[in-house]
Amino acid sequence: MSPNLSYVLVVGVLVAAGVTLLLERSLTRVLMGVILLGNGANLLLLTGGRSGGAPIVGTTAEQDMADPLPQAMVLTAIVITLGMTAFLLALAYRSWHLNGHDEVQDDVEDRRIVELADRDKGPGTADVEAGDDDPASDPAEEQVAATGAPGGRA
Amino acid sequence: MTWLVPLPVVMPLLGAALTLLLAGRPYAQRWVSLTVLTATVAVAGTLLVRSSLHGPLVVEVGGWVAPLGIVLVADQLAALMLVVSAAVTLCVLVYSIGQGMADGNEETPLSVYHPTYLVLTAGVCNAFLSGDLFNLYVGFEILLVASYVLLTLGSTETRIRAGTTYVVVSLLSSLIFLVAIGLVYASTGTLNLAQLVDRLDALPDDLRLVLQAMLLLAFGIKAAVFPLSAWLPDSYPTAPAPVTAVFAGLLTKVGVYAIIRTETLLFPGGRTADLLLVAAALTMVVGILGAVAQSDIKRLLSFTLVSHIGYMLFGVGLTTSLGLSAAIFYVVHHITIQTTLFLAAGLVERRGGSTALDRLGGLARVSPLLAVLFFVPALNLAGIPPFSGFLGKLGLVQAGVADGGPLAWTLVAGGLLTSLLTLYAIARVWNLAFWRAPHPDMPAPGDAARAAGTAGAEQPPDDAPHAVAVLPRLMIAPTAVLVGLGLALTVAAGPLFALSTDAADDLLRRTPYVEAVFPDGAP
Repeated sequence: MSPNLSYVLVVGVLVAAGVTLLLERSLTRVLMGVILLGNGANLLLLTGGRSGGAPIVGTTAEQDMADPLPQAMVLTAIVITLGMTAFLLALAYRSWHLNGHDEVQDDVEDRRIVELADRDKGPGTADVEAGDDDPASDPAEEQVAATGAPGGRA
Repeated sequence: MTWLVPLPVVMPLLGAALTLLLAGRPYAQRWVSLTVLTATVAVAGTLLVRSSLHGPLVVEVGGWVAPLGIVLVADQLAALMLVVSAAVTLCVLVYSIGQGMADGNEETPLSVYHPTYLVLTAGVCNAFLSGDLFNLYVGFEILLVASYVLLTLGSTETRIRAGTTYVVVSLLSSLIFLVAIGLVYASTGTLNLAQLVDRLDALPDDLRLVLQAMLLLAFGIKAAVFPLSAWLPDSYPTAPAPVTAVFAGLLTKVGVYAIIRTETLLFPGGRTADLLLVAAALTMVVGILGAVAQSDIKRLLSFTLVSHIGYMLFGVGLTTSLGLSAAIFYVVHHITIQTTLFLAAGLVERRGGSTALDRLGGLARVSPLLAVLFFVPALNLAGIPPFSGFLGKLGLVQAGVADGGPLAWTLVAGGLLTSLLTLYAIARVWNLAFWRAPHPDMPAPGDAARAAGTAGAEQPPDDAPHAVAVLPRLMIAPTAVLVGLGLALTVAAGPLFALSTDAADDLLRRTPYVEAVFPDGAP
């Protein structure tokens, strides 16, 4: 079986465009990239099977039938891609909700190294996570101290 | 007895549906999840006994005959993985129930947690049992989608940030896997693993290598093998403690399992063996160097997780029975130990209010039990005799020495260095978090009731951890059980090694698997 050249070209274009978008910072563009890549992969799956008439006994002679298996697999893959798209959209929306943008941020380690380089302080002082914890945990501790002190004196 | 085979997939899925219906009734949800996972452990145990006595168990799903329909195959390797992962998920479930009850369910919304957790279990079991490449993909997707939800529980800012990276990287690996599946099907016309054995052998060598490389790439991302591992230490530590624990124990190991399965069954002959060995060495050394540099327990443990994936790849890359059986033993050991350590880290976070090493101190004095629960698995991970970590590494070193090639010797040296550096990293945690003078912020045992009462009532709205003087029993008990399980691996090391050698021999011979799926010969 020789593959259909136009299919292969379309797959190539879809994947190339998908990879380009995937390398963007904005999560919405990443999402577009994932969708294009997913469509490319699905089309590739479909190209892998024999094309022909409807694979129903009685309507098509057996040697002219299309291969139904890739189509079944593509259906599954499409459903999975749909679910993932919904989830990524929710992530992008939540990110926009929290930060006002949906850009994929640097990881903690990178930011910490940058901060260390900026401030040129010793290790541990520029710990991003420890810095985030402070405002949240302090009120709780003050509460403990406040409720605890009178009882202790009495 | 073959009706048992689909149960580890079906029961958690049905349980997930049931817990979803029971949303808002946490008590009922807990009992459903507990029952389902206990039953899964029992079924997995039965499958292990049956498959080691009578050979692989095969089920043709829906009654469709093998190459047409999907098959589920429980051979020794799959059954062993099932038993360990089911036991670990059960313990982590109890732990998370304990945490949820103590927190008043604020941090982990239980109505979503239980169904998702059960779906995750179903996905893991499906991946282990699958005898079909596409079904393996579906298993991966089930567990990944569940893991996306679990990782972003509560959708706080840090979790959304970490979740974004995790989701995009996982999606990419799934796409590579899907493309590989498309290519395999286009070139062979089947996706049934047993049928692929013959059909792939008939392909030209170059094409086979392309398919192998693509599958290896996809599984390598999932297993966090070195150049593809950067996503893991960034995303795992932000999740709630039980979620991180179950991810660390199971998700990467499913990737390792997939590598073992495809490398032995589909692509024997070791054409990528050298590549695997180099990747293994780099994973071990680079991973552990990352761990040494960390100042947060959870991040440090994530790096040791990456690092020790290298040991398993080492065994697989040797492609000998000795190496493979040591790798299988190491997977079993590592699932148990790494999960235990993350659970213990969760307890540390609870007791000390943080997992940052510069904010902890003196835990050994204020909570000796916690110190023991951390110390034993930590030594086990580093490979101190007589723990199972030592036995696993010893098996790998023996296999490396038996191989005798220059690359194998490099790996032996790298493995020993990694073990030493793991000990150093763990000792650093021990010195800073457990042995220094107690940190002033930490509640002393005396104000137990007061601290617990206030913390329960005045919990801050975000997911910032807060120090609690009394650890819930339901969180300590499963951690202790897992520590015990880790110790039991030492006691039962003889039979377990015999079992893993059996499994490795079956994998290398390939015929038991094929004959189980096609008793009358492959079509």
